Amino acid sequence: MTLVSLMRAASFLLVLAFPAAALAKDQTAATPEAVNQEPEIAHQDWTFAPPFGTFDNAQLQRGFQVYKEICSNCHSMRLLSYRNLGEPGGPEFSPKAVAALARQVQITDGPNDKGEMFQRPGKPSDHFRSPFANEQLARVANGGALPPDLSVMAKAREGGPDYIYAILTGYTDPPTGFKVAQGMHYNKAFPGHQIAMPPPLSDGVVTYTDGTKGTLDNYARDVSAYLMWAAEPKLEERHKTGVRVLLFLAVFAAIMYLAKRTVWARLHRHDDAPHTA
Amino acid sequence: MAHESTYQPGSGFERWLDARLPVVRVMHDQFMVFPTPRNLNYWWTFGGILTFMLIAQIATGIVLAMHYVPTPEHAFDSVETIMRDVNWGWFLRYSHAVGASMFFFAVYIHLFRGMYYGSYKAPREVLWIIGVLILLMMIATAFMGYSLVWGQMSFWAVTVITNLFSSLDAVIPGLGTTLVQWIWGGFSVGAPTLNRLYALHYLFPFVILGLVILHIWALHVPGNNNPTGIEVKSPKETVPFHPYYTIKDGFALVMFVILFAAVVFYAPNWLGHPDNYVPANPLQTPPHIVPEWYFLPFYAILRAIPNKLFGVIALLSSIAVLFFIPWLDTSKVRSTSYRPIYRWFFWAFVLTSIALGYLGSQPPEGWYLIFGRLLTAYYFAFFLLIMPVVGLIETPRRLPGSITEAVLGHAEESEATSPPVPPPPPPAQQRRPAEVL
Repeated sequence: MTLVSLMRAASFLLVLAFPAAALAKDQTAATPEAVNQEPEIAHQDWTFAPPFGTFDNAQLQRGFQVYKEICSNCHSMRLLSYRNLGEPGGPEFSPKAVAALARQVQITDGPNDKGEMFQRPGKPSDHFRSPFANEQLARVANGGALPPDLSVMAKAREGGPDYIYAILTGYTDPPTGFKVAQGMHYNKAFPGHQIAMPPPLSDGVVTYTDGTKGTLDNYARDVSAYLMWAAEPKLEERHKTGVRVLLFLAVFAAIMYLAKRTVWARLHRHDDAPHTA
Repeated sequence: MAHESTYQPGSGFERWLDARLPVVRVMHDQFMVFPTPRNLNYWWTFGGILTFMLIAQIATGIVLAMHYVPTPEHAFDSVETIMRDVNWGWFLRYSHAVGASMFFFAVYIHLFRGMYYGSYKAPREVLWIIGVLILLMMIATAFMGYSLVWGQMSFWAVTVITNLFSSLDAVIPGLGTTLVQWIWGGFSVGAPTLNRLYALHYLFPFVILGLVILHIWALHVPGNNNPTGIEVKSPKETVPFHPYYTIKDGFALVMFVILFAAVVFYAPNWLGHPDNYVPANPLQTPPHIVPEWYFLPFYAILRAIPNKLFGVIALLSSIAVLFFIPWLDTSKVRSTSYRPIYRWFFWAFVLTSIALGYLGSQPPEGWYLIFGRLLTAYYFAFFLLIMPVVGLIETPRRLPGSITEAVLGHAEESEATSPPVPPPPPPAQQRRPAEVL
């Protein structure tokens, strides 16, 4: 596992790609026609699509497994806590499972009475442990680039979960004549088509326990759904409330319309003499 | 519209209060019996909608302020805490963010309605000017509110917009830079900047509220304009505000809230920019810095001018010119419906504003820039050339003698020419079986 994760530990130039491209025009100028192509982000069917969509708990649990075993080696999710994994409208792990998941990590706490920091097992109230202690360490481990935090990634890119799915399944051989820079990887969905993150997923790298096939496509779909939940944990509540609010407003509007008609009908009956009384 | 007070204090307490603070009398005279032209169409309901939006923004904003932390280290995360851990926080935050868009959507309709029906003309110039002041304050408030999220777009929008003041260096060397550093409270956009943007974002809505009260006051002196643009000539042409317009405005408001709710619950990030979910990073510029949609026309005007100082002047002028339209428009006729030439220019102006909005979202290069310049030229020509000249050369259509003639005369006419009763269908038993099937 460690070998695999080491191999996967790489940089994600996403956040740096644009200024880098602007500064290093000569690099990209070699293949302008390929670079200028709009990346293709295909629309996917998601269970959480508005207006009635809900998350598929089992899918979120699988997605969390993919995140935990693969993505979390480089990418933090600092806005999430382990308790979130058990909350309604999410993966809905049992309280026991949440506690067990939290216990698996060592959290630096303190200082204690002696003024020393110490390690302890995680609790559900702890934030997700980040793979690197600080940004500098993350950069050193990733060839100078910072793997971005994934907490709100599904809202931080045009296309959201479609984009994440497209990136994870977008690794192909470069078209003939396309020069991929040292340490970069060709990805048809990534702006500029050169991404520092090596292909993180391939068939069979994660072993699902619920009978779902361990294919790249399933991993990408599940982890995209999981990241959407992480970015928008109140989505189900929002959709459900929206239906009720709009039903109420529709009835309210109908009543207001009839009341308006009734009131204004007085004018047309010409029995409206004392207007300003 | 000035009218005799018809308030009758109903109880001893009301008489006692009326002699000391006649607040009930004012409410009765201004919001119950206030004579309102009977022919106002639904475009007139946006005043009420905007009042609702202001109150909704203040209400959601006050609760958000209880949870928000205005420091660069915690601003972004505190917004996410609101979304995740505050009870109904996601609803408050999305309502507030989408509410800003809905507020501008409504104010632009309100503004175009005022322009189409000539509501800025005498005796409503002061009413109009207060309205433009409200628009200016809204722009400032929305801009500062957007910055508080402290995402990439927030940060770089603040950087770009505050840097506009540095163009004053072209007038007096050093003046612009000094001013910008004074605004920032430092040598770059940072903690002091965010803190003051927050303080002002909390203050300005209450200034707007004060201006709205003046706006309504200034409306209640001459009374409402109406779709004919003809002054009310007899009490028969008016109805009391309540119940006629409370119910009509109320219905329109519910319809508007349906649209608002649909966006809040089903597409809350539709009008936002994904980059603003990336925490602010002073070391990394986003590929395209674009403002929120409601600023895009002004942004297009700013970028249409090649010189920075003149670009800023054009940007400010594009709003400031609105102050002067009561005097730039030389036509004696208010309603564009009766102005055969001007109406074409008016609708071209509406399309220009929308097209500038699109161009503002695109990079300022190639055809985008050329069209941006052409449309900017039209934007200003509309106010400075077309409004004065067309008013002088145009022969307006014949105006109806009164609102009654325009509305009731028309109604009687349509009654007289109602289509004849259609002949009864042939009895069923005469039909052939195939037809019955």
